[in-house]
Amino acid sequence: MSSIRDCGLTACGWALADLVAPAAAGRPGALLRRIFDSDLWWSFRRSPVTVAAAIVAFVLIASSLLAPWIAPHDPFNLASLNLLDAEHPPAWLAGGSWRFPLGTDQEGRDMLSAILYGSRLSLLVGFPAVLVSMVLGVTLGLVAGWRGGLIDTVIMRVADVELSFPAILVALLIDGVARGVLPRGIHNEIASYVVIAAIALSFWVHYARTVRASTLVERDKEYIQAARVIGVRPAKILFGHLLPNVIGPVLVVATINLALAILTEATLSFLGVGLPPTRPSLGTLIRNGNDYLMSGDWWISLFPGAALAALILSVNLLGDWLRDAFNPKLR
Amino acid sequence: MLAFLIERLLQSAVVMLAVALIAFTLFNYVGDPIENMVGQDTTIAERQQLRHELGLDDSVVVQFARFVADAACGDFGISYQQQRPVGQIILERLPATFELSFVAVAMAIALGVPMGIYTGIHRHSWLSHGLMGLSLVGVSLPTFLVGILLILVFSVDLGWLPSFGRGTVVHIGWWSTGLLTLDGWRAIIMPATTLALFQMTLIMRLVRAEMTEVLRTDYIKFARARGLSNRAIHFGHALKNSLVPVITITGLQLGSVIAFAIITETVFQWPGMGLMFIQAVSFVDIPVMAAYLMLVGGFFVVVNLVVDLLNHVIDPRLRVDRVRVGIG
Repeated sequence: MSSIRDCGLTACGWALADLVAPAAAGRPGALLRRIFDSDLWWSFRRSPVTVAAAIVAFVLIASSLLAPWIAPHDPFNLASLNLLDAEHPPAWLAGGSWRFPLGTDQEGRDMLSAILYGSRLSLLVGFPAVLVSMVLGVTLGLVAGWRGGLIDTVIMRVADVELSFPAILVALLIDGVARGVLPRGIHNEIASYVVIAAIALSFWVHYARTVRASTLVERDKEYIQAARVIGVRPAKILFGHLLPNVIGPVLVVATINLALAILTEATLSFLGVGLPPTRPSLGTLIRNGNDYLMSGDWWISLFPGAALAALILSVNLLGDWLRDAFNPKLR
Repeated sequence: MLAFLIERLLQSAVVMLAVALIAFTLFNYVGDPIENMVGQDTTIAERQQLRHELGLDDSVVVQFARFVADAACGDFGISYQQQRPVGQIILERLPATFELSFVAVAMAIALGVPMGIYTGIHRHSWLSHGLMGLSLVGVSLPTFLVGILLILVFSVDLGWLPSFGRGTVVHIGWWSTGLLTLDGWRAIIMPATTLALFQMTLIMRLVRAEMTEVLRTDYIKFARARGLSNRAIHFGHALKNSLVPVITITGLQLGSVIAFAIITETVFQWPGMGLMFIQAVSFVDIPVMAAYLMLVGGFFVVVNLVVDLLNHVIDPRLRVDRVRVGIG
């Protein structure tokens, strides 16, 4: 079952690597032409859902990255908050005003601005978390596949054990430990790094398994043997020769994991063990709004929730399409 | 078979010991247990005496051995926050989580399997497309958001269902159940739905994928050529062969139901172990965290072991050496 899925991932990853790797060396014009001529672009254009997902993802990511410049208010500036503005409903309801298009929370914070800054934080945790877990997993997978023997056994056993626990539980535990070890003041300062580490340490397994499998296939091929014979350093063979040939599938896993990482961060924050209320991510905003749900102030939790759902859904759709687009079985 | 069984049992034991070591490390080195138990006006001499009474001045190896022995007897120490034995707290919380998970899994299977069969057979009907679209939304919507939406609609707007707690519970011995009262059932509907949604979509997609794959094989074509009825082909031939991986994955998912219960219990303030764990994490209540870790770890190890053994029994193609070849 899992090996079938890995095969699909492998095939599509390689196609992706083919598309990106050689073109990156050429001129930008050639890169563009390559992209527009490819099967990938054709299958992208053919699927309206995917195009819609790409547009939504682009708008959400771009607007959140530009938050400091396009947000109508600065939710972190306590001086600009006014308690008289608290709990305004969205603009189109009775009692709302266009100063706060999506309403305000219990402290008079503009929800639209809070959501823009919140998604920015979610992405600023999600991307590094995926990157760190990718580097960690790829390195361990390469070493395990290359060296074999005891190192391989140890790394893969640890991976097996971790894989039998859900990622969210591992992340929760790491976060809980960090909370206990670090003094409270410091913990709030570096909360986002703790969350990144927690997610990375619970996500590296998939990369390691994928890379190890490809490494086992690649390591006996002639170009690797040739490199060994002419005396290239092992580190150079690993990262210079082997890595480019096994990185393809990893890129696909990474796309799918981005949605998962954002979801995990939001869940941790919602549970109150992620990012602190002083720098609220989408999850923290929803948690905060949850307290006001019963009093009828639904917008405080629902709008950040909708933003989160749209972000995850669109990234998921893109990941699904990428996987299917390269799966030779579905052609 | 026996060698396989022994190997797996040994592996499970090693995993449990590793989990115990993590729990023990947590217990001993994260924060000072004494500091967490006494008030500010306790003298140093009193602290030393308490330390000695609790055996915290013994060597690490002795302490670890004692920890494992105590844990095996269900003694996990005393909660910093509630000042009660952790075992007792867990025993109170266990039935709530167990009932919630059980109802959720039952719901997920009862709805997910038929939906998967339908979408697998009628791949291109509009209902299939609708269900698949919905399932993608189900996978993408965070669990807690589903819970919040349900509360908003059914508790705040319509006022039909309670938004928190277990309702009226009946005590049978040490076990408490909400499944014997109407109130209890009303309280469990929303949390169970929330918890079931993700598992349901997963089961549905899995059954659909397996059915699609199996329906393409030669023996199904042959069955059609023999003129068997659609019913016989779909349910007699195809379904049987697509259920093996479904059983495996569903079994393994039991573990994540426990993990996701943490989220569901937080949203609905369901008085189970998940809520207990989250409160423990926020208060850095290490004994409770350690106990939960041991318990959940034990549960996962048992589930994985049972699923592995079941696979081994059901499907001879899944012998360990073949799996290795498949992955490598």
